[in-house]
Amino acid sequence: MPLPAAFVQQCRALLGVQQVISDPESLRVYECDALSAYRQVPELVVLPESVAQVQVLLKLCNQYGVPVVARGAGTGLSGGSLPVAGGVVLGLSKMKRILAVDPVNCCATLQPGVRNLAISEAARPHGLYYAPDPSSQIACSIGGNVAENAGGVHCLKYGLTVHNVLQIKLVTLDGQLMTLGGSGLDMPGYDVLALAIGSEGLLGVVVEITVRLLPVQPQTQVLLAAFAGVEQAGAAVAAIIADGLMPAGLELMDNAAIRATEAFVHAGYPVDAAAILLCELDGLPEQVAADSRRAIGLLQNNAAVEIRTASDEQERKRFWAGRKAAFPAVGRIASDYYCMDGTIPRKQLAHVLQRIGTMAEACGLSVVNVFHAGDGNLHPLILYDANRAGDFEKAEVLGGQILELCVAVGGTITGEHGVGHEKLGQMCVQFQAAELAQFHRLKQAFDPLGLLNPGKAIPTLHRCAELGRLHVHHGQLPHPELERF
Amino acid sequence: MRDRDNELQLQQQVSRAVETGGALRIVGGNSKAFYGGHCTADVVLNTADHCGVIDYEPSELVITARAGSRVTDIAEILAGHRQMLGFEPPDFAGQATVGGTFACGFSGPRRPFAGSARDFMLGCKIVNGQGQILNFGGRVMKNVAGFDVSRLMVGALGTLGVLLEASLRVLPLPEADLTLAYACTEQKALSKMRQLAGQPWPLSAMAYDGECLRIRLSGAETAVLAAARQLAGDVDQKGDRFWHDLREQRLGFFQLPGPLWRISIAPGAPPLGLAGRGLLDWGGALRWINTDMPAEAIHAVAAAHGGHAIGYRGTDKADWLRLDSGLLGLQQNIRLAFDPLNLFNPGRLFP
Repeated sequence: MPLPAAFVQQCRALLGVQQVISDPESLRVYECDALSAYRQVPELVVLPESVAQVQVLLKLCNQYGVPVVARGAGTGLSGGSLPVAGGVVLGLSKMKRILAVDPVNCCATLQPGVRNLAISEAARPHGLYYAPDPSSQIACSIGGNVAENAGGVHCLKYGLTVHNVLQIKLVTLDGQLMTLGGSGLDMPGYDVLALAIGSEGLLGVVVEITVRLLPVQPQTQVLLAAFAGVEQAGAAVAAIIADGLMPAGLELMDNAAIRATEAFVHAGYPVDAAAILLCELDGLPEQVAADSRRAIGLLQNNAAVEIRTASDEQERKRFWAGRKAAFPAVGRIASDYYCMDGTIPRKQLAHVLQRIGTMAEACGLSVVNVFHAGDGNLHPLILYDANRAGDFEKAEVLGGQILELCVAVGGTITGEHGVGHEKLGQMCVQFQAAELAQFHRLKQAFDPLGLLNPGKAIPTLHRCAELGRLHVHHGQLPHPELERF
Repeated sequence: MRDRDNELQLQQQVSRAVETGGALRIVGGNSKAFYGGHCTADVVLNTADHCGVIDYEPSELVITARAGSRVTDIAEILAGHRQMLGFEPPDFAGQATVGGTFACGFSGPRRPFAGSARDFMLGCKIVNGQGQILNFGGRVMKNVAGFDVSRLMVGALGTLGVLLEASLRVLPLPEADLTLAYACTEQKALSKMRQLAGQPWPLSAMAYDGECLRIRLSGAETAVLAAARQLAGDVDQKGDRFWHDLREQRLGFFQLPGPLWRISIAPGAPPLGLAGRGLLDWGGALRWINTDMPAEAIHAVAAAHGGHAIGYRGTDKADWLRLDSGLLGLQQNIRLAFDPLNLFNPGRLFP
């Protein structure tokens, strides 16, 4: 359905012709995010440059009943900024100024389009940095990080986005500008700040963010441990945590991942190992020395066949180079891959990895495992060939099975990528109908017309019923008034 | 510790309230009854008997407990595995429960360095205002499926639902703690705290009691001693006692008669110059003030620095919290999304 002409006209009058994209060729740029398997060309793309313009745009959407999808850098992996048919994409890429770096209060105030890495670069002269570091940090924007509650390799010690944001300014669909949080460490009344972070653009559009900055640690050490079996590596992870160590990062790669990255970046990984652990420790030199001693002892006691300690900064970077290049490395060995994002209790690591292997074999696909072992966040990469008929569909099914396995062992379908468009089906597995209904009521409190990123993150009960995945509690079908298929 | 599952009874009491429209006053250990607005409900929903640890595995860094569990009992169990509640909540002479602690969202001196109550909340089970039992979040560190309702519950004073269970992230106990003390003025204390906060010291608390700035260092013993050497300052042998009494709000300052305000503000904000006695915690980001000044003036000063004030104890209940009209409207809509009949603790949050 085409947009009302008056709506388009008012967008142009507000932003100028340059900032309103409507020709089919240019619209194509916005048809997907980094999960390119799902595409939808939007009707219109608007690129505001100020908070006031965002307020007016949302008011216009509200007035004309136009669905609107906010978009940051488009690096999301769950189709969260996939356009909605007949809707507008509100791109925040023009709002990319660092408004302030405040070394006294250890914080920085940013427009949503500021790149994640640019924050740490701006803070660096003050000896500070921004901790959450999703692997797309060169490109991804802080607005998108807030929308998805992005993580990274250092979450175990330094938390997710939600733990590192002090304040956001959110524009609701009626054009109101809300300040959530404050200059201090908490906000009055309900913690709407925590609710808004990770709400995937369903509650409002984030137009300004104040993040907490942390002091750069004086020393960092990385240990690389190789194991003859994934079980031993999993047990070593549990032992490190149970012993009271808090590594800045604790990453696991399986043999397929080791081989793929070694062939790509030559990090010197032991290619015969069934699994390697990378354990990063940071702090004062005395702390790092004490923690390294403890970690080495624990790794030895847990059957590590080889333990290497980075002897200098260069070697430390080389240890990490493989891990950081894991995704592009896998891109070299398979024409396409599909990145999953479940989280499980750490004790289930070995069991889940083994099950993933079996399930992959059953559908004739390969899986490479690279993940944040410290917090149990898996990133199985399913390899497939988009040009082979039916291959993506197989990958999609396997991905769904993996996520459902995560739920079955007490985990979750998404640790840091968000539900977006991708995991709507699995939401029906993770949540009961009454819980999904509660989510919908919560959305309505912000967006009564349901125009903000509609159809994402929270499936309708209809959709779950269609998938045959509606949770029925104690034999009572929830919302019997709904039509079933 | 006691282990008792009262889930069904609690749900039934809420369901009866849904039918009759009779509001409920949610009470756990009743240790924080002084806090918040005036609750107009008389019928008590008692969560204290719904208690016990459901799941705890030290290697997962997660504990799941029923709402009525005492914070002291949880702390003791965790200490047995050299772990702790990282946000250092007050236990108010052993009376505080897990449910009450999260409903109020209270965090102690470690908060700026380790995180707040809401930061440690991973998942919860609640009864909403329609009598439905719902689960949100989970028992894993990273989880972004669905809206973050678990964290929204923290500080909601029970007005969005009755907390039945909570899954909490826990932290390892530091190997060593050491407190340094510096006698100085408020101005000096504030600038020293800001200076230290911007540097990579192993800090776990910084507070100023009107005479003395204390900082706590935590970590490996060698690291704590090395930091203490470089930071100079006098070692306070009674430091542990001080932090305990600060956390429990038992220092002499908290015994003063008169209205007590809690101001959450940019840590680098200058001394606020309010008439009365004050105490600084959270490296300057939390400013307690005992003052007779009018609520209007205190709210205005806090807002001028981008923060907010809360009438903590002994203040006029009608003015304990200020929200601008946009935020108030939004929060009231959120309340109705969970509790459309206004059954839970009416008046406790919104005056």
